[in-house]
Amino acid sequence: MREPTIKSIPYEEFTDNEYLEKMVADLNEKGTNVIVSNLDAFINWGRSNSLWSLTFGTSCCAIEFMALGAARYDMARFGFEVTRNSPRQADMIMVLGTITHKMAPVLKRLYDQMAEPKYVIAIGGCTISGGPFRSSYHVVMGIDEIIPVDVFVPGCPPRPEAFYYGMMQLQRKIKLENFFGTVNRKEKEPEEDKE
Amino acid sequence: MSMKDLILKIAPSATFEEQGDFVAVVSKEEFRSLMEKLHADYDYLRDVVGFDLVESLGALYYLESSTTFERVAVKTSTLDRENPLLPSVCDLWKTAEIKEREVYDLLGIRFIGNPDMRRIFLREDWVGYPLRKDYDMDSNPLNMTNEQNADTTTEVTLTAGGDFKEVQNQIFGKDDFVVNFGPQHPSTHGVLRMRVHLDGEEVKKVDPICGYIHRGIEKMCESLTYPQTLALTDRMDYLSANQNRHAVCLCVEQAMGLEISERAQYIRTIVDELQRLNSHLLFFSCLVLDMGGLTPFFYGFRDREMILDILEDTTGGRLIQNYYVIGGVQADLHPDFQKKVKAFIVHFRGILHEYHEIFTGNVIARNRLIGIGKLTREQTIALGCTGGTGRASGWANDVRKHHPYALYNKVEFKEILHTEGDCYARYMVRMEEMLESMHIIEQLIDNIPEGECKVKTKPIIKVPEGIYSASVEASRGEFGVFLVSDGGKNPARLHFRSTGLPLVHALDTACAGSKIADFIAIGATLDYVIPDIDR
Amino acid sequence: MEKFLDYYSLAPVFQWIHALLCGVMPEALALCIEGLAVAVVIILLYAILAIVLIYMERKVCAFFQLRYGPMRVGKWGLLQVFADVLKILIKEIIRLKNSDHFLFDLAPYLVILASILTFSCLPWNNGAQILDFNIGIFFILAASSIEVLGILLAGWSSNNKYALIGAMRSGAMMISYEISLGMALITMVVLSGTMSISGIVESQANGWNLFKGHLPACIAFLVYLIAGNAEANRGPFDLAEAEQELTAGYHTEYSGMHFGFFYLAEYLNLFIVSGIAATVFLGGWMPLHVAGLSAFNGVMDLIPGFIWFFGKAFFIVFLLMWIKWTFPRLRIDQVLNLEWKYLIPICLFNLLLMVVLKVFGLVF
Repeated sequence: MREPTIKSIPYEEFTDNEYLEKMVADLNEKGTNVIVSNLDAFINWGRSNSLWSLTFGTSCCAIEFMALGAARYDMARFGFEVTRNSPRQADMIMVLGTITHKMAPVLKRLYDQMAEPKYVIAIGGCTISGGPFRSSYHVVMGIDEIIPVDVFVPGCPPRPEAFYYGMMQLQRKIKLENFFGTVNRKEKEPEEDKE
Repeated sequence: MSMKDLILKIAPSATFEEQGDFVAVVSKEEFRSLMEKLHADYDYLRDVVGFDLVESLGALYYLESSTTFERVAVKTSTLDRENPLLPSVCDLWKTAEIKEREVYDLLGIRFIGNPDMRRIFLREDWVGYPLRKDYDMDSNPLNMTNEQNADTTTEVTLTAGGDFKEVQNQIFGKDDFVVNFGPQHPSTHGVLRMRVHLDGEEVKKVDPICGYIHRGIEKMCESLTYPQTLALTDRMDYLSANQNRHAVCLCVEQAMGLEISERAQYIRTIVDELQRLNSHLLFFSCLVLDMGGLTPFFYGFRDREMILDILEDTTGGRLIQNYYVIGGVQADLHPDFQKKVKAFIVHFRGILHEYHEIFTGNVIARNRLIGIGKLTREQTIALGCTGGTGRASGWANDVRKHHPYALYNKVEFKEILHTEGDCYARYMVRMEEMLESMHIIEQLIDNIPEGECKVKTKPIIKVPEGIYSASVEASRGEFGVFLVSDGGKNPARLHFRSTGLPLVHALDTACAGSKIADFIAIGATLDYVIPDIDR
Repeated sequence: MEKFLDYYSLAPVFQWIHALLCGVMPEALALCIEGLAVAVVIILLYAILAIVLIYMERKVCAFFQLRYGPMRVGKWGLLQVFADVLKILIKEIIRLKNSDHFLFDLAPYLVILASILTFSCLPWNNGAQILDFNIGIFFILAASSIEVLGILLAGWSSNNKYALIGAMRSGAMMISYEISLGMALITMVVLSGTMSISGIVESQANGWNLFKGHLPACIAFLVYLIAGNAEANRGPFDLAEAEQELTAGYHTEYSGMHFGFFYLAEYLNLFIVSGIAATVFLGGWMPLHVAGLSAFNGVMDLIPGFIWFFGKAFFIVFLLMWIKWTFPRLRIDQVLNLEWKYLIPICLFNLLLMVVLKVFGLVF
């Protein structure tokens, strides 16, 4: 199996390798071709190292994200510092902070407007399960009720190092995608609703 | 004559609360005349707290005088739960316009004479009023349809014959060019949506729509014990996290009559001031980010990281710290605390000139800030804009000076006042306050007495029956806590005075006639944090 | 001095290639093949320079901001921009239901077209210039105006209120600044006596225009830098893409490679502005000559022309990046104020001054 490699961090130091191994086992069942899989590796290298996130911060976790972009933690080293304001140009949406019932349709609309391939990282306890606000009447109990999530990063707020760990997990997941056949299929007709 | 006699003269049938704060209870018929008389002396309406007393629905009004700093509280209620109506005071204090909307949204009480009776936090198609005791928590499931926002609003007026009539008021006309800002903002203040009526480049009217981060904290607090409510206070205005906690701890400690140790008072004061430095540095960084100069943003964060290191050693957290508890602080200071704080102050004093060189003296920054978004002193008082915003217009409203708590009456510091009231004044007030915070810390850091950091409290904390309140000077303004207790271990009503809600309301006044780009500069200098507004 | 100057000239190389091709095929076909080869070279050079510039921007701004910038993708982050470009190439291009499809697809190509046309006029080395004719400067000014059309079309066809407002603002700004840009260049044309780019460069063999023209040339240089910054939508004038609260710019609705075109064109426009500044004011590929020191001049001539050209152009790029990362943004009315009330009167006066000095022979 192709082990997704992250520069200077050994494969064994990541937890949750079983999830990725299962993903790869599913891919191998479809019998990936050698030439195609090398091309996939090249494309996935490009995609995983160039993740542009949408500026979307609702509450406290957004401040930790700003600290992540600041000089001490410097996410520019990974290439993540480019944040786009328009959802059409962003690759991933980092949901930072609690999502309330009033905000949920807006989040769904933003997610729908993004161009494929797109990823979602759920940061903080509030986005995973409602967090400290579990008994509230106005909080969505986990954003996976409304959009599909790729990586969950727990914490309240997570430390910047935890952010990095979550992003590296996303990079590893992207490195195992199959370009020809699974992701980025153009099955939708162009006339369909793309607003 | 005393306050009691004065009130009895105007409203003869008033009664007074026995326990807790001094609160005058008047009937809703005499309420309006009492408020009109009180308005002459008490020109600052601190907050309007609506609450549900099971049989009746009522509201508490907290007033303060901007010259003598005396405070008074008035309570009124109505027995009608189907269609509760109370007289409005928004023609006396302009800030009541938005505070009464909040009471309507969460409790259903409508105010006669308020021109804009719309919901403010919840969706316009929400059913029910959450803060009522008989509200069903599952009555409004997640609704994924897009919300339609009306362009008209209703007002309840009193006709000559004594009946109530509903009148439609226009927010935006049919031919107005209305543009939507947010809620997804690239700026960092959070999720606030504003509908702005533009005439070419000029802003004519701003209508804020809050509630995108309304988490229902006040309702949640009613089912939590007092120590549990502290967990949520950090997450409202997370940049004044410790100061918010200080307010709740002060309120409960004063209500229970609990004295905390001298050491805990020192620690609380020093950590409050460190939090203020932290918040003002973030204000600076976000202001320059909104204005487009990205490099000073990194300067602010670099120094902020040093403060976060100091606090993390002691409390374990960077942003959410969970440090103060009822009775003191959770754990004692780290052994390196004093050394690191002193080193930080020396470093920061030496480096502050860089901030002024790169931004304050810059001709582009000056052109974009000086003379923009003026608010006069009377406007800030009427709008209730406390904090740096009020002080930049000449209103001396620092709670640390006029209603001291912790050790603020024992340290010497200046209250920074400017008179111009424009964006540049608001910016300079905060830069100069940072110097004052450092001065306060320097006076205290070497004299922390020995002692325990936390006094023993009962395992279950119960506050005696009554109405209590406390206020602190948070980084953004006066943060108040209003507690209505029925003697049990859960608060019957716990309300937080938001520092940002009056500031958002002030946007309409401050931005009248300015351009769109100025709108952003004004919003950045008013310095609000949205989770604090929405709670 | 002259023999050293022609040492690195590429003109004989090209003539040899042309003669070789004409020997084996009809001239028309040879010209076609050369044209194709030149087109491929232009596009490759364009893409590579864009990648270098994006990398330079990220690293330069990182060092200004006390941090490192891209470090992990390849040694020192050298492969970072390649990863970005690869990702943009294969991203989905969203087709909006209600946009004007033809104009929506046309707009990025217009911007790239304008950019490549002006790019082709830059003089790389002695004899290595792609588009060279007697009205070079005039052509550059005209071709760069096509870009405004692309931006306005992008905003209009997106069917988005905010993109339209952003495009209108940007369009107004760019059209205004073309006036002072043009006048600054005309001032230098007066000094050089010719509009042809290679002529301007050759006339600087005895000294760069900035020194020859002393006062009016310095004023023209400063005005050109400010106006060029505004034309490229950079620095304190970047309200087109950074009016974030109201609009996310004219390219909000673009995704995938269409957005990539806008992104690349932005950086290349910066380089083109710097390249023209280097050509007209700093001598293009002409080495630094001091009148009278022939040994020094001989040593200077040993450095090839394209190193001089790229060195000067990248120095000005660095200068413009420095300005961008230091100053906050101007408001639209301040931007237009600056142009119409300050820069245009200064330019007019400067032009007059240059003409007077040239007529009385007071320039070097």
